[in-house]
Amino acid sequence: MSETETDRDAPEFDPDDPKLTRFDLVREGARRDGVEIVHYQPRFTRPGSKEEKRVVRFVALCFAIVGLAALAFIVAYVAWPWHYKPGSNLNKFYTPVLGLTLGLALLFIGIAIITWAKKLLPEEVSVERRHDGASPDVERKLTAATAMSMVDELGIQRRPLLKGAVALGLAPVGVAAIMPLGGLIKDHKSDLLTTAWKKGVRLMHDDGTLVRPEDVSAGGQITVFPAIRDGNTNKYADSPTLLIHLRDSDAKRALSNALPINKGAQWNNYLAYSKICTHAGCPASLYEQQTNRLLCPCHQSQFDITNNARPIFGPATRRLPQLPITVDSDGYFVATSDYKVPIGPGFWERP
Amino acid sequence: MKRPKFDPKQAPGAVADWADQRLAGASPLRKLFNKVFPDHWSFMLGEIALYSFIILLLTGTFLAFFFTPSSAEVVYHGSYVPLRGISMSQAYASALNISFDVRGGLVLRQIHHWSALLFMAAIVVHMLRIFFTGAFRRPREMNWMVGFLLFWLGFLEGFAGYSLPDDALSGTGLRIADAIMLSIPVIGTWVSFAIFGGEFPGGDRIFSLLYIGHVFLIPGIILGLIALHLALLVKQKHTQWPGPGRTEHNVVGHRMFPGFAAKGGGFFMIVFGVLALFGGLIQINPIWLFGPYKAAVVSSASQPDWYVMFLDGSTRLMPPWEIRIHLFNHGYTVPPIFWPTVVLPGVLVTLGLLYPFLEQRFMRDRAHHNLLQRPRDVPTRTGLGAMAVTFFVVLTLSGGNDVIADKFDISLNAMTWAGRIGLLVLPPLAYYLAYRIALGLQQHDREVLAHGVETGIIKRLPNGAFVEVHQPLAAPDEHGHTELPYRGWVVPKKMNRIGAIGPAIKGFFVPVEQPEEPREVEAEEQREEITSGRR
Repeated sequence: MSETETDRDAPEFDPDDPKLTRFDLVREGARRDGVEIVHYQPRFTRPGSKEEKRVVRFVALCFAIVGLAALAFIVAYVAWPWHYKPGSNLNKFYTPVLGLTLGLALLFIGIAIITWAKKLLPEEVSVERRHDGASPDVERKLTAATAMSMVDELGIQRRPLLKGAVALGLAPVGVAAIMPLGGLIKDHKSDLLTTAWKKGVRLMHDDGTLVRPEDVSAGGQITVFPAIRDGNTNKYADSPTLLIHLRDSDAKRALSNALPINKGAQWNNYLAYSKICTHAGCPASLYEQQTNRLLCPCHQSQFDITNNARPIFGPATRRLPQLPITVDSDGYFVATSDYKVPIGPGFWERP
Repeated sequence: MKRPKFDPKQAPGAVADWADQRLAGASPLRKLFNKVFPDHWSFMLGEIALYSFIILLLTGTFLAFFFTPSSAEVVYHGSYVPLRGISMSQAYASALNISFDVRGGLVLRQIHHWSALLFMAAIVVHMLRIFFTGAFRRPREMNWMVGFLLFWLGFLEGFAGYSLPDDALSGTGLRIADAIMLSIPVIGTWVSFAIFGGEFPGGDRIFSLLYIGHVFLIPGIILGLIALHLALLVKQKHTQWPGPGRTEHNVVGHRMFPGFAAKGGGFFMIVFGVLALFGGLIQINPIWLFGPYKAAVVSSASQPDWYVMFLDGSTRLMPPWEIRIHLFNHGYTVPPIFWPTVVLPGVLVTLGLLYPFLEQRFMRDRAHHNLLQRPRDVPTRTGLGAMAVTFFVVLTLSGGNDVIADKFDISLNAMTWAGRIGLLVLPPLAYYLAYRIALGLQQHDREVLAHGVETGIIKRLPNGAFVEVHQPLAAPDEHGHTELPYRGWVVPKKMNRIGAIGPAIKGFFVPVEQPEEPREVEAEEQREEITSGRR
């Protein structure tokens, strides 16, 4: 606030002086607020000139368009056949028509107002003084003294017993305040170590039918799920598995490359790897037949199927765990155990 | 006393009197009316962010009427035939209902999504403006920090928002988020289990958290910080470009009412109008094409929204470096995803928040600044900014490198390697180039001030030599030189910028105004006159 100025000049200024125009009052008001209007003139030298009328007409036209577009929006909102019908085209235009009419209405309000402000309002340049920087020294000292006196009044410095008591008393309250968040905490980390697979669980398709060897042609792959209740839902998001039918030569290579942990996991030319990428948990599902590579589309980690699903490119560091499978007496694929290592992204306690 | 008749013309005065009797608001109100704002196009960028946020609140409230944040399994029976009979989460089903079975739901959903993209884009561009012009310098360090936090809150808010519909894309994003949480040493699994309520996807817990976070907690904090951002702006007053009459101790421009406020309000309507057009005409996030989230399903070209892509890129470029520690007969792992998604954002947040103080320290400039700097006048900062932008762009492009590889028929692995190398090589190169360009521009400004504007007129001297005629900006000395100081603002470099050509006459068929007499080019008039930034 520019009080000094007001005090100095105010008594001489009479707002009721008939000689003063309204703009004189505006200027005085601005002056008291620390603002000087240094340049102020109407946009058009001759009122009612051709150019002024032209701008006025334009603004009026804009508002007319606003009215029409808004009306069109209301009518379309109510009357347009909007229900989704396959094969019908008119309902597909519901959203575009709403967007177009609403957009035009709003856009032209904006254009009208801005044209009004830029072309009809008087030209003006005003200069406002800044009152930057710190408060006056006296003010600071007075405030500091007031603050210090609060501390004095409380007397916390003089009463060490209170100091200790407050600290000891309030610290637990602070901790107690965040305690309810403890309700969120859950410790079932062993969940991360196991999946729904175990000895004797059959493999099933997404539609719930069981998987036979002839379901996958050589060089092909399918996604399989544990054949248990809800086995193909997100309840068992750790269990989706890729069943791959390798060609003879590739299968031989895969078998000879098998690490000790994966020995016996392969059944003839079929092998199964966890579909959950060991990098970030996306399904690593893009299988390139020719190179026997599996690509995760999220971050492009690539795994060599014929060599224990070893990561060969991208940010993944660990192999896709292999699910040991065989075919049971009924001719269906069945797991012979759970994965030997935790599937999916790494975590601190991973053994 | 006779009761006076109601006179509608007196009503505003009467209301004002009534209010002032009780609030004594006359002088504070007038002070608000008279607040002066400088005018320049670059000062509108932050406004776009503010307006997008208001539109987000409006459209988001509408969407919340119809959205159910639940992972409960339902079978879809809505209008969209291709998905009928498929079991999906209630969240996804309700998002489908908004798109197909709520009148006008889709257009509002799409406006909401476009606004979110614009909100983040406007924040980033506004932040670049603040950075490159030095508007964050003392006394505005606090406001820089507030604005910087707003970017990251917007980032979280956007991520929570596009995770809520539980389509295939958002579920994949959440699964990656789970992997990121798991990667944190020591507490990772605890964090993940607390947020998901168990092993991914856990159940309803994540939707409860995302929903309350997206519609209440984060927007509440954003709203509070925006209020603080604007309060600090009003208290500290706007910065301004240097120019005639503009000093460190004043603000030159328009009073707030009616001109400046009208422009602001009109601009809001334009932003809203453009977003409504986008929301109606340009499809975004067609969740019905993605299908419900299933842990085993993904498609290639799974990209997050643009402001998250740089972290996706950093994750893709990270080499497969895993740390294994053996302690007490137990192995411990720090997965590679920890570095690009936890450590990198942590470093970026810290560096960004502290930048004003780091610059103060290294440039030894602790003075108060209300006048902006042109980027060319501070080559080091401009270079650093170019470096940061390049870093961000390389990461963002790498976030879509599979699409680039596909569309341009480039090897995917080559794209990854290009990103890895580019991330290390290009930022320093950008620094060097920006630095040199800034110096070059500075030099050209000085040259024009000393020799004048190039006129394009070539003169042949009697000895056969050709010289170009320069128009000095002031009365030259005997060598044809002028000694004009550089004032930190645009130096005219073309003849029509110093009034050699008059403005065009308006009117399509007939002139709407009498053409002005061409102005004399006065020697004194080398600088721009005080304008409000219009030209």
